Amino acid sequence: MTEGIATTHEEHHAGLQHHFENMEQQREASTLGMWVFLVTEIMFFGGLFLAYTIYRYQYPAAFATASNHLDITLGAINTAVLIVSSFTMAMAVYSTQVGKQRVTIICLILTMILGATFLGIKAVEYRDKYRDHLIPGQLIPGRPFNPEVAKPGDADPHKLHLVEGATVRNVELFYWIYFAMTGLHALHMIIGIGIMLVMTIMAWRGRYGPEYFAPIEVSGLYWHFVDIVWIFLFPLLYLLGRHLEGHLG
Amino acid sequence: MEEFTIPKPPRTNYLNAEYGLKSWLLTRDHKRIALLYLGAISFFFFIGSLYAMAIRLELLTPQGDLVQSSTYNKMFTQHGIIMVFFFLIPSIPATLGNFLIPMMIGAKDLAFPRINLLSWYIYIAGGIITIYALLAGGVDTGWTFYVPYSTTFSNSYVIAAGLGIFINGFSSILTGLNFIVTIHTMRAPGMTWYRLPLFVWSHYATSLIMILGTPVIAITILLVALERLAHIGIFDPAAGGDPILFQHLFWFYSHPAVYIMVLPAMGVVSELIANFSRKNIFGYKFVAFSSLAIAVFGFLVWGHHLFVASQSVYAGMIFSFLSFAVAIPSAIKVFNWTATLYKGSISYDTPMLYALGFIGLFTLGGMTGLFLASLAVDVHVSDTYFVVAHFHYIMVGGALFGYLGGLHYWWPKISGRMYPEGWGRFSALVIYVGFNLTFLPQFVLGYMGMPRRYHTYPADLVSWQVLHVLSTAGASILGVGLLIPLFYLVWSMRYGPIAAANPWNLPGLEWQTASPPPTENFLVTPVVTHEAYEFAPPEHTKVVGKFERERVQK
Repeated sequence: MTEGIATTHEEHHAGLQHHFENMEQQREASTLGMWVFLVTEIMFFGGLFLAYTIYRYQYPAAFATASNHLDITLGAINTAVLIVSSFTMAMAVYSTQVGKQRVTIICLILTMILGATFLGIKAVEYRDKYRDHLIPGQLIPGRPFNPEVAKPGDADPHKLHLVEGATVRNVELFYWIYFAMTGLHALHMIIGIGIMLVMTIMAWRGRYGPEYFAPIEVSGLYWHFVDIVWIFLFPLLYLLGRHLEGHLG
Repeated sequence: MEEFTIPKPPRTNYLNAEYGLKSWLLTRDHKRIALLYLGAISFFFFIGSLYAMAIRLELLTPQGDLVQSSTYNKMFTQHGIIMVFFFLIPSIPATLGNFLIPMMIGAKDLAFPRINLLSWYIYIAGGIITIYALLAGGVDTGWTFYVPYSTTFSNSYVIAAGLGIFINGFSSILTGLNFIVTIHTMRAPGMTWYRLPLFVWSHYATSLIMILGTPVIAITILLVALERLAHIGIFDPAAGGDPILFQHLFWFYSHPAVYIMVLPAMGVVSELIANFSRKNIFGYKFVAFSSLAIAVFGFLVWGHHLFVASQSVYAGMIFSFLSFAVAIPSAIKVFNWTATLYKGSISYDTPMLYALGFIGLFTLGGMTGLFLASLAVDVHVSDTYFVVAHFHYIMVGGALFGYLGGLHYWWPKISGRMYPEGWGRFSALVIYVGFNLTFLPQFVLGYMGMPRRYHTYPADLVSWQVLHVLSTAGASILGVGLLIPLFYLVWSMRYGPIAAANPWNLPGLEWQTASPPPTENFLVTPVVTHEAYEFAPPEHTKVVGKFERERVQK
């Protein structure tokens, strides 16, 4: 047992940390580490998804009302923006693996721009909710949740059009979940853009290549995960109203 | 016992490789980080024990003559928060696990040394915020933070304490993540899954719970803080929210958290029982997989905390059944340990005393757990001292005994010095007696109806006071018993006899390197050729395992 294994002591790559035997082991560890981390993220979001499920089951009418008030167009554009950003991210990983440094940098910058676009559109949506007094509780001090309820026949899109059986109090519960979920998601996007910034600088300095691309790869995993969360949020939050109204008759 | 000669250890080891505060605070060596944790959790254990002593003193008499009710509420809350989140959960994984997992699998370090150090700083940050909450005015919600009390009515520092626990949770997540990746990717050549020591298996199961459960408590505590800050209504019936949802989310983590505490201790006990019986463990795969089974079942039983909380009776029946099912993998372990002892050549060194104590106390704690899993009995003893006694048998009799046993067993490896064996055995005995005297009377008290979290009880019930006095007397003995190791372990770091590389003559990989080990653990990456706990036949008196046998032949 005391015989050492004959590690092929070729040139050690500069990115190889001392406690790993070789680059392959290091790459395996970092990818697995990111996957495990994403599992914890799923559980973290899971608490909110559970709350969503329970209250949607209890208050379908209020959820339909609130969901109808969300801006489907902006939501759909944002979905498209994120899907394209996932594509540019995947291209960044691929181009690193084949050693095209310039393409990598361009793809990373595009990913960041798309991520920022998403956040910008999200900010517009948040502003609309603020204007309509739809920020739940006292999240914004001095501007409590207090939407105007539309009378029958009133088509003003800034007012709340209550579906039969819905109460304003339960609509607030939906908005609370909406802000918690999209807010947490936006926070992850901001962190993601920060990571991409670091990756871009490192790629600029020529740290990565076909030999060593694990950091780009795991950052990509993270980015795709954040996208996938949105892929679930979009139908659950934005399209729910149409779905539920069909069922509520 | 003849000492087997191993090549003279190199002069530098992980303790003297570097000097100075900076070399500790910026270290990435898993062994040094384990010691950082050891210091920090000992500090929190000490604080938590002080609260326990104050609680026991108060209960000496039926009247509330030591503290007021509100102060008492804060004392048991803070005792719980500190002991659960800042001692028991990190105890074995962050110290012994951190130190030993890389050594047991033949690796130089954990997969992510920087994340490992980060987890310690997160733990310290969470601890400082929690201590701030205690000093600023304390928390009185109970460690369970039940709503609506915690969100609406309590006037104490709920948000600060919650924030401390929230932050501390990420330290636990990162530790679990690091262990899983390390065990998957860093094993030495020849170290197959079925050659892993059971300590590693149980830590793998623990890590699974850490990464799956802890994020849920994080989001739950975040929700409580938001509800308290902004009155968002998610747990508030007035807004259509449901306070029971909090209990579901809370126990989804906090029941499995019990297994975060006890599974690593079971791993320690598996090591101790096999090694101090000098026998291969009976039913290796059963013991290994029962750890995973406990981790899986552990996630399916949280509803037994809600038997009296308006949960549907059908859900109650299912949760009751599943809670009974956890007893199966637990019993597999106990039976296999007992079978391992059978015809073993047992030596009663201090670690073994703790291991044997663990088996008895854990069995008692587990059996009373079955009482609580039974729907009808639980209605009678819910929120009484019966529950308090039950979970202390698991957490103190289980987790703490495993921790102390493991600490003594690996102390020569960690410090390079032997602890005084006589004092060790003596204090193990004192702790055992003190523990039982503290908590056995509480079973009776609870069955007679003494509710938990009250600081007074009827003065005309003499039997209650007698039992409380016994319990307080036991706690004092327990406290003294715990102080003894504190003194002699610290003493032995400087004055203890120098430990050999393999003082117990065992085949495990961690014993095949110097004590204390060099920074990189093994000077050459080991190649593993044998199963765990493979002891040589008795005629080979000089050698302890196949490993040495092979080397002697060379």
